[in-house]
Amino acid sequence: MAAEKRALFRSPWLPYALLLPQVIVTIVFFFLPAGQALIQSTQIQDAFGGSLQFVGLDNFRDLFNDALYLESFKVTAIFSILVAGLGLTISLILAVFADRIVRGAGVYKTLLIWPYAVAPAIAAVLWLFLFNPTLGIVAHWLTSAGVDWNYLLYGNQALMLVVIAAVWKQVSYNFLFFLAGLQSIPKSLLEAAAIDGAGPVKRFATIVFPLLSPTTFFLLVVNIVYAFFDTFGIIDAATSGGPGQATEILVYKVYKDGFKGLDLGGSAAQSVVLMTIVITLTVIQFRYVERKVQY
Amino acid sequence: MIENRPLLTWISYIVLTIGVAIVAFPVYVTLVASTRTAQEVLQAPMPLTPGTHMLENYAAVLAHGAGESGAGVGRMMVNSLISALVIAIGKIAISLLSAFAIVYFRFPFRRFFFWMIFVTLMLPVEVRILPTYKVVADLGMLDTYAGLTIPLIASATATFLFRQFFLTIPDELAEAARIDGAGPMRFFWDVVVPLSRPNIAALFVILFIYGWNQYLWPLLVTTQEDMYTTVIGIKRMISGGDAATDWNLVMATAMLAMLPPALVVLLMQRWFVKGLVDAEK
Repeated sequence: MAAEKRALFRSPWLPYALLLPQVIVTIVFFFLPAGQALIQSTQIQDAFGGSLQFVGLDNFRDLFNDALYLESFKVTAIFSILVAGLGLTISLILAVFADRIVRGAGVYKTLLIWPYAVAPAIAAVLWLFLFNPTLGIVAHWLTSAGVDWNYLLYGNQALMLVVIAAVWKQVSYNFLFFLAGLQSIPKSLLEAAAIDGAGPVKRFATIVFPLLSPTTFFLLVVNIVYAFFDTFGIIDAATSGGPGQATEILVYKVYKDGFKGLDLGGSAAQSVVLMTIVITLTVIQFRYVERKVQY
Repeated sequence: MIENRPLLTWISYIVLTIGVAIVAFPVYVTLVASTRTAQEVLQAPMPLTPGTHMLENYAAVLAHGAGESGAGVGRMMVNSLISALVIAIGKIAISLLSAFAIVYFRFPFRRFFFWMIFVTLMLPVEVRILPTYKVVADLGMLDTYAGLTIPLIASATATFLFRQFFLTIPDELAEAARIDGAGPMRFFWDVVVPLSRPNIAALFVILFIYGWNQYLWPLLVTTQEDMYTTVIGIKRMISGGDAATDWNLVMATAMLAMLPPALVVLLMQRWFVKGLVDAEK
């Protein structure tokens, strides 16, 4: 909190009253549950559903000895790398070309940004309908081309489906930020390079891409957070984590073990692991923001 | 443009057009499916031109839904709209108030409250679902609008955004207000809120979309069909399996679920872009 106001109001009670609504909601729906997750993560319920027993870090030890949990980590890693990698690459390509053109630039921009408004679960339904093995039109094309397409049976295909839906929805967001980044690069730099004989490809590699790196890094973090948490709706609507465990990312497993499996301690321990991941990502993001924005 | 390269310009248009086509394709197919009968959709491959059953499909889902879900999508859209509006307006209101307190007052524990709000950035619903669900159940808020919205209206992001903006308001304004005898709340209503209008509009667009598109939370706290939001309604429609699903009606519902947030983005594009960029600072 670097910047401060000089002109201030005085009141012994008013500031507290103004903060009250937010503080109440924060305590009741954030701190209480998070605290409870922490406590539950160190407890187990006995087999008869009765008393709770303190077991220390046993839940965490069980978790990291659980092959299914480690598998879910692996799925999450592959999923987020694919979503972030493909999402960033595609949107960068589109942004670079959109930055080049003059006529119709606004129209293209409008036509590319609206998928941001589509709910993840709806995005899943749209793509699921295209790839549905019995009636999907893309599935039909794939089958005609000789591909044995059935994402309900093959894990890799299911993963591909959720990656496509997730990338489709996120491209608009990345595109907007890349385009803003490209437009803030001083044109004089590029003109000087052009006069010195650097072609478009060389200019991109030596000037544009390096100058975009703050944007790219920022988007990388945002996309990883997106792949970790915001894709819950896509997974649940498209595959429910299946077939087998092929698309069961960590967030989905917390939900499944907690609500369907009713394993309170295990689910809470998973929540704590996830919280640690979010906090790490947020800190990374903030260190970056601190460098970029001078308050 | 740095130099004239007609070939590259052509390639640019081609690449962008392909991009737009791929982005639009799933929605086009959805639109087509929503105008045909269930039988037409089931024949593989489905015809790719619009059919003639648009009005009856949309009328059917709005009145009584599709498949096993009996509740009408009209009712679900009302639920979605109420949730989205309460979440957006609620978040903006409580954030304006708390940011005003933090910027314009000095009081004991100010820093403590600041960090308390800040830390919530690190706790998305997804990581604390089970205990939050329990809190809401204990408060008797399952299947109520309060349960759908209040747990989602605390927002560190909005508070920060307003705090950043308030810091840029010239001190002279507050001094002048004080000299003229205006109290803090008078200053808040007559100066701070009107000046914040562009930020409020930008935030509203982002938060409306956020509220409309909520998934996990309404999935947990709604069990009665007449409390479903549209997004949840679709999920329930398709969980019956291929044979039981009337895809033409599901796709009509999908179109209806996409329409309001997409309209908000298109009609308020300027605020939308500002909101996205601001919210990530």
